[in-house]
Formats: sequence, structure tokens, C-alpha cells
Amino acid sequence: MHVVVCGKVIPDSSVTLEIDPDAKRMRRTDVPHELDPAAASALEEALRLTEQHGGSVTFVTMGIPDASVGIRRALAMGASAAVHLLDDAFAGSDTLGTAKALAAAIRQQPRFDLVVCATESSDSYSGIVPVQVATLLGVPALTFAKQVFVDGETVTIHRQSEEGYAVVTAALPALVTTTSGINEPRYPQLKGIMAARKIEIQQRSAADLSLGPDDVGDSAARERVLSVGAPPSRGAGRLIHDEGDGGREIADFLAQAGVI
Amino acid sequence: MADRIWVYAEAVEGTLTSTTLEMLTMATAAGEAEAILLGSAPDDAVGALGAYGARTVYRSDDPVFDEYLMRPAIEAVAHLVEMHHPSAVLFASSYAGRDVAAGLSARFGCGAISDVSGFALLNGRVEATIPALGGSYVAKSTLVGAGPNLLLVRPKSVEANPVGGTANVEPVPVPTDDDVRQVRIVDRVAVPVEGPQLEGAKNIVAGGRGLKSAEAFHMLHELADLIGGAVGATRAVVDAAWVPYSMQIGQTGKTVKADVYIACGISGAIQHLAGMKSSKHIVAINTDAQAPIFSVADLCVVGDVFQVVPQLIEEIKKRKGLG
Ligand SMILES: Cc1cc2nc3c(=O)[nH]c(=O)nc-3n(C[C@H](O)[C@H](O)[C@H](O)COP(=O)(O)OP(=O)(O)OC[C@H]3O[C@@H](n4cnc5c(N)ncnc54)[C@H](O)[C@@H]3O)c2cc1C
Ligand SMILES: Nc1ncnc2c1ncn2[C@@H]1O[C@H](COP(=O)(O)O)[C@@H](O)[C@H]1O
Repeated sequence: MHVVVCGKVIPDSSVTLEIDPDAKRMRRTDVPHELDPAAASALEEALRLTEQHGGSVTFVTMGIPDASVGIRRALAMGASAAVHLLDDAFAGSDTLGTAKALAAAIRQQPRFDLVVCATESSDSYSGIVPVQVATLLGVPALTFAKQVFVDGETVTIHRQSEEGYAVVTAALPALVTTTSGINEPRYPQLKGIMAARKIEIQQRSAADLSLGPDDVGDSAARERVLSVGAPPSRGAGRLIHDEGDGGREIADFLAQAGVI
Repeated sequence: MADRIWVYAEAVEGTLTSTTLEMLTMATAAGEAEAILLGSAPDDAVGALGAYGARTVYRSDDPVFDEYLMRPAIEAVAHLVEMHHPSAVLFASSYAGRDVAAGLSARFGCGAISDVSGFALLNGRVEATIPALGGSYVAKSTLVGAGPNLLLVRPKSVEANPVGGTANVEPVPVPTDDDVRQVRIVDRVAVPVEGPQLEGAKNIVAGGRGLKSAEAFHMLHELADLIGGAVGATRAVVDAAWVPYSMQIGQTGKTVKADVYIACGISGAIQHLAGMKSSKHIVAINTDAQAPIFSVADLCVVGDVFQVVPQLIEEIKKRKGLG
């Protein structure tokens, strides 16, 4: 079984994310990057499935040169190949542009039985790229998986729902999205880290994927950011240091709010 | 002619979701509201949609919408859009809402804006407000190019407001293509949750890793009972299995809008803030005066939860004449 995992490499969680007011985009340069924890979970699920059923995992990401840190991590965890969609022409892509690039890269794979994405990325959490990818590929999408089972030619998931979960099934090839907390991603072992060094990351440009300015990048983006500003301020809160009277202060506040 | 704004309605456990009603209120303010309701729904659903402002309800209760995931709904809505050309279509940022909006976007090759908290229409052009990065910024976005304006709306962005109308019912053509039957829903399993529910709770006491253990949540339950509220949590403590996922508040958990939100031992990561920031009154208790949660709190108490929470419980009991 060949599984493709699409995941993002994002600014490190220690970084306070900022928006560049001129570009009206998230600042992604000059900050340390890491494999999105949500993508690590998607990859972990893919690795477990191939360990169970045999096969291999290819990691695909679209991102800036710094994304290579996260790609190495994915390889060290156990992916056997990686594709880096790297081209200035991809900059400013909206969700559909991103999905077109990912779908084109997946189509270039010799074969795929399953695509695994995270339900949402940790930095932009639009949560719509995976179903776009599935629609473009013409394969069924099984979303919000809390558990994934593969049996011969079918994939079945437990899909998170408002009431609990639904059991949902489709024939392969298919695309699955994983919810956060589906598993605990493994830490790369030394052996994996060493092996990963020997794997060449395959870089692909927009032209390699036969995509032009009407497909990807700023020029193709249907969503245009008009402005980015500070949110209406709540006004500074009152700061007190508890010296045995914190509880009483809160009680006064609750009384004023009409709660007690 | 007024802009026609569609709301993709959802029913869960025999009631319309609160986000459905909130979206109708938004749609009514921006133009003429209409709703799409597919699959099984409570008997009075069309009446309720009308009461919250829908003039027309596009309705089909065909079982295909309950038996197969997303594709029948995507095809049915796509067909309606091609027939009627609404000015905008609103979806909840819910499981079904995201799937259907994403599928439509790929099908029409059009854009979709996620995480919308409000919008306006100016000559057919949509201007959406998005609280970006957990609400640290407010962005305004528009959609260009052909195709419907698809907006994914954050829960609790507005207060739902009944206007007391009635809706006409228009039947929805049911897609018959075999292709839509790719993903079958085999079973639905309800996982009951205990105690007062976070959704709709007036007041919330939430705990984070600062509580150190599952046991410490007892004192939060005691406090919540005293102020008539429910208990919530951060993802860090859900991941640690101190409390169930149903209690998680934030980007990947529930969005709440409490009258009073008391954050205990919570750092205030943007993913947590995304789910609770629009609460009316926020109190935070944290040992670290620099904790980001204080940037959204009205009352910031620098202190130890194991000191302050018991004090608060005693104080409330005293005032209520309970102790
Ligand atoms: C994709 C993604 C989605 C996420 N979704 C969510 C989500 O939906 N909800 C969510 O909550 N998080 C979410 N997170 C996780 C989030 O980034 C934070 O890791 C999490 O909110 C931190 O939880 P915490 O505040 O309990 O823990 P910590 O960040 O560890 O904070 C604990 C706090 O307790 C304080 N403290 C310690 N001891 C005491 C004491 N005795 N008294 C008082 N204060 C004390 C500390 O000063 C600290 O500020 C998500 C992350 C990702 C990547
Ligand atoms: N640039 C990207 N590279 C690879 N995968 C992506 C990218 N953007 C989005 N995805 C996939 O789509 C999921 C949802 O992302 P988002 O729509 O940003 O919330 C991610 O978890 C990935 O699986």
C-alpha cells in the first residue's frame, strides 16, 4: 500500500505568529520552523498503517526553503520519500491553489492507495484543503478520523461528530483527514535520523507540475485580503497579586457581573 | 433586488444547531435569507428556519443525504447554486459545513473564506471579517472571480434573533449519480457526555495544566456548581487524559461565549483563546504575570490556583449563606 501524507511545515510553536502588514500575510521568514504537530499525527497514522499492511509513505509539502527542517523530521520518523513543492510561483496561494499543487504532485506519484492529511493545519486552520484535494483527484474523502482501519480494498474510519462518532467507509484509493489527538506521534530514533540523511528530497516547481499563474500563487488566489488590523481592544484588565484576598476580589467581580 | 443569502442548515440530535440560527440572523441583516436543509431533521425544522428569517427553505429528506457522506449534499447544493445564483452561501465551521464548502469550492473552482465572524455585501462583492491567529488580528477578505461566495462562519459570532416569519418550501432535486455514493455512513454511535454541557452554559470554569492533576478538577466542578456553570479545559489536559475531549475549548474543541469565563492555570495559547475570547467577562488566575491569558482577561489574578480557587469557593459560600 502506498500512502501519501500532505503536511505543512510551520513556524515553531515558540514563535509568536505575526502578520506582515504590508504583505498582509503571516510572517514566515527568519523564524525557526518545525513539522506541524497536526501533520506529524497524520504521518504517524500513515506509518502505522503501512507497518500493519506493508507499503511505504511519501511526505508532500508545499512551502518555503526552511520547510526542509520539517521534511527531514518526516523522513526521520519513517517516510521513505519526500516531495517539496518549492517555487516563488507558489507564494500567496489560497486554499484552492494549494490544493491544486498538492493534487498535481500526488498525481505524479507512480501510484497511491491512500492520502492522509490533517483535518487542519496549526497555523492557518482553514481546514478545507484536504477535501479540495480529494475532489480534484476524484477520490472519496473521509474526514475527521479519530481512528483509521484499512482492510483489503476498503478504508473505514471513526469520524468525529457532534454526538459521538460515525463509522464511515469507502473503497481505495481515498483521502482521509485525521483529527488532533488521534495518536501520539513517535520521536525519530537515531537510526531513522541517519537513514533520513541519505534520502534525497525531490523538489518540484510549478512548471514541473504543469501549473501556471492561473492555478497557483497570488495571481490565482480567489481570496484577497483587504486589510489586517488589531482587534477591538477589550481595554486593559485589572491586575492584582493574590495576597490571600484573590478569592474575595473575584467574588466582588462576579457579584458586579450579576453571577452571584 | 435584495441579495439572496443562503444558509446551509444543520440538525444535530433532533434540533437545528445554534450556528444555523446565528447564520440566519447574519443573513437576514445582509439581505434576504434562505436556507437549505438536507436529510433527516426535526418536524418543526422548517418552521424554526422561517421564524429565524428564512423566506424559502430548499428541502429534501431523501435518505441519500443521511446514508452517504458529503457528496450528495455537495451535488445538491451545486445544482441549486447553478439554478438560483445566490449572492453568498453560509456554512457553519462544523464537520458537515467544512466538507460541503470545500467540495463546492473545488467543484466551482472558486474561493471560500474560513473562520468568518461577520460579513457585508457591497454590489455583490463580499467583505468578510476574520479573527486571524486566535484573534490577535482582525483581517478583512473578499472573493474574486466566478462562482458562488462561500463563507465558513465561526460559531457564536452573533446572537441568534427570531424575527417570526414563515418559510416557503422548495423541493431539492436529489442527485442520482452513483458517483455520489462513494462514502457510506455505516453507523452512528452516540457517546454520552456527563454533567452540564459547555454549549449553552452561561458561565464556565476552565482548567489547564496549572492544575497539575485530574483530581484538582474537583474544585473546578465545585466552583462551577456554585456559579451555575460548566467546566471546560485546555487541549493540554485533554491530551493528558485528565478530562474527556468533550470538555476541550479552543480551535480544535468547542467555541464558547460565556457570561463569565474563569480560566484557572491556563497559559492562553492562541488556539485556546480562539475558543473563548469572545466571552463577556473573563477572569484569569495564573502564577505567571506574563501569561498571555491576561491579555484577554478583565480581572487578572496573579496567584496560585490552589490558594485562590478554594478562597473563592469559601467566599461565594459565605455570601450565599451556605457556609
Ligand atoms: C493544531 C492545534 C490545535 C490546538 N487546539 C487547541 C484547543 O482547541 N484548545 C486548547 O486549549 N489548546 C489547543 N492547542 C494547544 C495549545 O497550543 C496549548 O498547548 C494549550 O492550550 C496549553 O494548555 P495549558 O494552558 O493548559 O497549558 P500550559 O501552556 O502548559 O499552561 C499552564 C499554565 O499554568 C500556569 N500555572 C502553573 N502552575 C500554576 C498554579 N499553581 N496556579 C496558577 N497557574 C499555574 C503556568 O504559568 C502556565 O501559564 C492546540 C494546538 C495545536 C497545535
Ligand atoms: N502547504 C501545504 N503543504 C502540504 N499540505 C498542506 C499544505 N497546506 C495544507 N495542507 C494539507 O491540508 C491540511 C489542512 O490545512 P489547512 O487547510 O491549512 O487547515 C493540512 O494539515 C495538510 O494536510
